[in-house]
Amino acid sequence: MKGLIGKKLGMTQVYDETGKITPVTVIQAGPCTVISQMTEENNGYSAVQLGFGERKAKNVSKAVKGHCAKSGKAENPPSVIREFRAEKDEKFELGSVLTVEQFKENDFIDVYGTTKGRGFQGVVKRYKFAGGRASHGGGWIRRPGSSGQRTWPGKVDRNKRRPGHMGNVTRTVQNLQLMRIGKEDNLLYVKGAVPGPTGGVVIVRSARKKVSA
Amino acid sequence: MNLMEKVNKAQCRTDLTSFNVGDTLKVYSKIIEGKTERVQAFAGTVIAKKGSGIQETFTLRRIAFGQGMERVYPINSPRIVKIEVQKKGEVRRAKLYYLRDRAGKAARIKDQASN
Repeated sequence: MKGLIGKKLGMTQVYDETGKITPVTVIQAGPCTVISQMTEENNGYSAVQLGFGERKAKNVSKAVKGHCAKSGKAENPPSVIREFRAEKDEKFELGSVLTVEQFKENDFIDVYGTTKGRGFQGVVKRYKFAGGRASHGGGWIRRPGSSGQRTWPGKVDRNKRRPGHMGNVTRTVQNLQLMRIGKEDNLLYVKGAVPGPTGGVVIVRSARKKVSA
Repeated sequence: MNLMEKVNKAQCRTDLTSFNVGDTLKVYSKIIEGKTERVQAFAGTVIAKKGSGIQETFTLRRIAFGQGMERVYPINSPRIVKIEVQKKGEVRRAKLYYLRDRAGKAARIKDQASN
């Protein structure tokens, strides 16, 4: 299992030694504490729970405090706890800390997080519909158009793209390249964009599909 | 310091000579041709500076063989070897795009009075 919880710090650009510019997102990932472990015999699957950040103990429910006590984090419970699927026989020590050191440069990673909420949006913004023409008669601007056929079938197709709520959903971006790693500040420099606003929580894991060299 | 500022600052170059819009510069930059690498010089007037921090760029303009020519350099690029300020100019605006419509005597820039 290679994974971390992090905070999106924003985007910038990096130069390589030949002067080529790459756009990157900077993520402050970890250090993450191992809070709990799921095993095949106890839970039916293997996974590990990681904690990230800090909260005041007085703002955390007793149940969470008790859960964190086993890893010695009852006094300063993590602000985010997330579960990561692990290999079958992988062992983690409760209370141990995972950092960006588990990744190396040029690794491929997947990043997921909650996208920015856009509220109720029309089809042009939500699904990139072309809309109508603004001039030469116009009268049909930014509208969805027909939503079906005639008396038969007499209904709207399922999943027809209509106006509605946009954003604020979990999205994964796959196969992003790690351009650089800042060990002293726990930073990951990820090529390209990552879901969510600056300051949002993102999850980083090794890429499921693309194998790192 | 904000972490993001620290990240950007760490990448900015501090070894290059500073200059302003209106100055005449000679920029030595590395050029990679296949496997060989050489240094090319380009002299011209700074007609614009754009962006800030790591993304800052400047535009050099010169008249080469009777034809106006402009090049945009990222200020923090490791490809820039050296910058020489040949002349300091005195200008009243930040973007000298009006030079594009002028040629010869009309395209001159006043020298900065040394003080």
